Amino acid sequence: MKLDNKVPAGPMAEKWTQYKSTMPIVSPDNKRRLEVIVVGTGLAGASAAASLGELGYNVKCFTFHDSPRRAHSIAAQGGINASKNYKNDGDSDYRLFYDTVKGGDYRSREANVYRLAQVSCDIIDQCVAQGVPFAREYSGMLDTRSFGGVQVSRTFYARGQTGQQLLIGAYQALSRQISTGTVEMYNRHEMLDLVLIDGKARGIIARNLVTGKLERYAAHAVVLATGGYANVFYLSTNAMGCNVSAAWRAARKGALMANLCFTQIHPTCIPQYGEYQSKLTLMSESLRNDGRVWVPKKDEDAKAIREGRKKATDIPEEDRDFYLERRYPSYGNLVPRDVASRAAKVECDKGHGVVPTGLGVYLDFSTAIERYGKSRAHAMHLDNAGAATIRRLGEEIIEEKYGNLFEMYEKITGENPYQTPMKIYPAAHYAMGGLWVDYNLSTNIPGLFALGECNFSDHGANRLGASALMQGLADGYFVIPYTIGTFLASEIRTPKFKTDTPEFDAAEKAVSERIDTLLNNNGSESVESFHRRLGKIMWEYVGMSRNEAGLKTARQKIRELRADFYKNVFVPGTRDEYNPELEKACRVADFLEMGELLAVDALERRESCGGHFREESQTPEGEAKRDDANFSYIAAWEWTDIEKEPVVHKEQLTYEAIELKTRSYK
Amino acid sequence: MKLTLKVWRQKNASAKGQYETYQVEASEHMSFLEMMDVLNERLINEKKEPVAYEHDCREGICGACSMVINGQPHGPMTGTTTCQLHMRNFKDGDTIHIDPFRAKGFPVIKDLVVDRAAFDRILQAGGFISVNTGAAVDGNVIPIAKESASKSMDAAACIGCGACVAACPNASAMLFVSAKVSHLALLPQGRVEAKRRALNMVRQMDAEGFGNCSNVTACEAECPKNISVVNIARLNREFLSASLKAEE
Repeated sequence: MKLDNKVPAGPMAEKWTQYKSTMPIVSPDNKRRLEVIVVGTGLAGASAAASLGELGYNVKCFTFHDSPRRAHSIAAQGGINASKNYKNDGDSDYRLFYDTVKGGDYRSREANVYRLAQVSCDIIDQCVAQGVPFAREYSGMLDTRSFGGVQVSRTFYARGQTGQQLLIGAYQALSRQISTGTVEMYNRHEMLDLVLIDGKARGIIARNLVTGKLERYAAHAVVLATGGYANVFYLSTNAMGCNVSAAWRAARKGALMANLCFTQIHPTCIPQYGEYQSKLTLMSESLRNDGRVWVPKKDEDAKAIREGRKKATDIPEEDRDFYLERRYPSYGNLVPRDVASRAAKVECDKGHGVVPTGLGVYLDFSTAIERYGKSRAHAMHLDNAGAATIRRLGEEIIEEKYGNLFEMYEKITGENPYQTPMKIYPAAHYAMGGLWVDYNLSTNIPGLFALGECNFSDHGANRLGASALMQGLADGYFVIPYTIGTFLASEIRTPKFKTDTPEFDAAEKAVSERIDTLLNNNGSESVESFHRRLGKIMWEYVGMSRNEAGLKTARQKIRELRADFYKNVFVPGTRDEYNPELEKACRVADFLEMGELLAVDALERRESCGGHFREESQTPEGEAKRDDANFSYIAAWEWTDIEKEPVVHKEQLTYEAIELKTRSYK
Repeated sequence: MKLTLKVWRQKNASAKGQYETYQVEASEHMSFLEMMDVLNERLINEKKEPVAYEHDCREGICGACSMVINGQPHGPMTGTTTCQLHMRNFKDGDTIHIDPFRAKGFPVIKDLVVDRAAFDRILQAGGFISVNTGAAVDGNVIPIAKESASKSMDAAACIGCGACVAACPNASAMLFVSAKVSHLALLPQGRVEAKRRALNMVRQMDAEGFGNCSNVTACEAECPKNISVVNIARLNREFLSASLKAEE
């Protein structure tokens, strides 16, 4: 299969503008005759459904949640990037583009990223117009802050709830279209298969999660905005319901899955504390603006802390190892996520971890509290302020900036992070890989588009903080409304599709049989227990550090677990009712297949880059060693028959606006 | 810690429900939902049907979780969702009653799961600013005072969980509606449609069967995001002035 990325010709900075003005478009009258299915209502899905509805397309929008507003975009805390340069600190489209490509360790498609940077400012304007209450300065102007991997301040935010506010903005825009009738909303409907007619995506089979009924929906095109697959690790920062099923079902119908081994392990999460644990909680990256990461220098201090004989505050400054500041003096605590995560693992592997499991490091705010306290005391003319006053003033500023995060930390751990440093450890967080798409965000199946986290395109091997929200909204508000026309312009004479066709019959029958297999299995082990076991395999062999032997073991173990699943899983209840265990069973069944392909991709990529660290490919100092000569490509996998070996199709990455360089944050 | 749970079980919307009693062993470090997971895992191992309850992000932001715990929506801690509630707030030997959010506007789907689609429909009635994609001016063209943005954000923090309705003896949705009306009315962009918005959202709220506000303020006390009843006062002002000036 020849992969055509459809990147338009012309200079990098002109491509999108030129392409937009010359691409085929659909007239308003014809839009009214065309139907589009959008699956997912996170930032990408809700913004796409709303924008397509505004344009006049007939949109059907699906979510498995009870309301579009519950999608997991809502949990993003820190912010959204845009190259506004309001801070006069030298930001530009090119710099945002450059930072994103570099942050992604030169494994993203240049033209897609440049477009992302170009529309970033429009997103902020759009969200402000919708009523997103971004943080403001006293002047009334928009405020920004810094995130990892960059040296400018370009992250716009709404307290620690930026994702929530942006999603509510998109949800409100979507609600408006629902009220005008351009969008028909299907809550509590889960897509279980994609329907192809003559090789084009023309519909889906969805299960009504309340009645259990399988329903058929047809359209001229299908847009997937169904998020990422980090829950393949079981314990992750994703919501419990996040799953890969919609994308995976498309893959099983022939859509290619690209760069699955690029998974992001986020450095600042609350460490795991028990076997019963269901998920890990993220502490926003914005905390690294003011928090300093450290572990004790001495083995005996770390041991004493783990055994509860010493506290963080008992360790004098000179016995603390601020390892990020030591190893990466120019970026310090604000190195990108993959670098920070691996560094934490290195320290914990050395035996310097500070929680009973040994897997945790400190994130300490005492320096910032003192600095802010002194500054505010000075501003208030309290020149003789004592240490207690300075501390109180400093804590007030930290509370203004991160109050809700500190509160959340205290609720979960029972410890007060103003008084004692937070304990953090990396956790699975985001999937850079996903469905292969071209410049139009179209998969290799005509009529099937993929937006947001569920495509692979913009973040390369590592996503920078505050870029997920940017990409989701860029795809939904400013890319798909244009690029979907490249497909639909040639469909204006295609009549609406009926659902009583052999293609729909066959797809529904296959879904129905899958459900029956699960329900009639009558094994004895819960779905959850299989998911937990899959997560352990993934984390141990396909987690932060990977090697050939481990990846081969992982593949073998996943296959065994999958066989065991179909032998021993027990799914209670029936198919004709609200049955959360059945929903979970379908999702875990798909993770058990996708997880294997992730391991295959990781095995194939014998280089280290971004979130993918192969132990065989590192520098003497233990930094990731990229291999541009052999691996400067996108690995897009075809795997329609899991009894056969997956087949890789490669899209070579070329760089014209940026020179390939070794990434350094030292 | 050993606990006795009295959980509302109801097969579906039309079935008659009843309480079932379960003994559960939990650790004080667990979240409330992880304790429920332990119960469900055991029920599944005994080939019984697990307790259906809604949950997703488990970070207190998606608004999916929704139980009434010992008579309080989201349990005993203030400003906390059920998923953020930890067992260290209970004692060994406690008996815990668990109910769904009960209201005419929130029919039960199964066990502890209720249908909160009424909130979506109220929002669709006017909880938005009518701006199409691409029609926006530069974000800094309209300066917004830090204080207004901050107050607007306080109201916009609502997660749409419905605890306010479950807490209210009248099952009123005023706190939810007022939070949306305030979020948008406090911003210059939102003023343009403020009148229509207040009238239409209140009309839809009434149509959904939610009760009237009689200033009990239980909604504020139980709101996991500490949304203030000041917003209800603002909604009343917006609604009254819109009604007086209404031209339609």
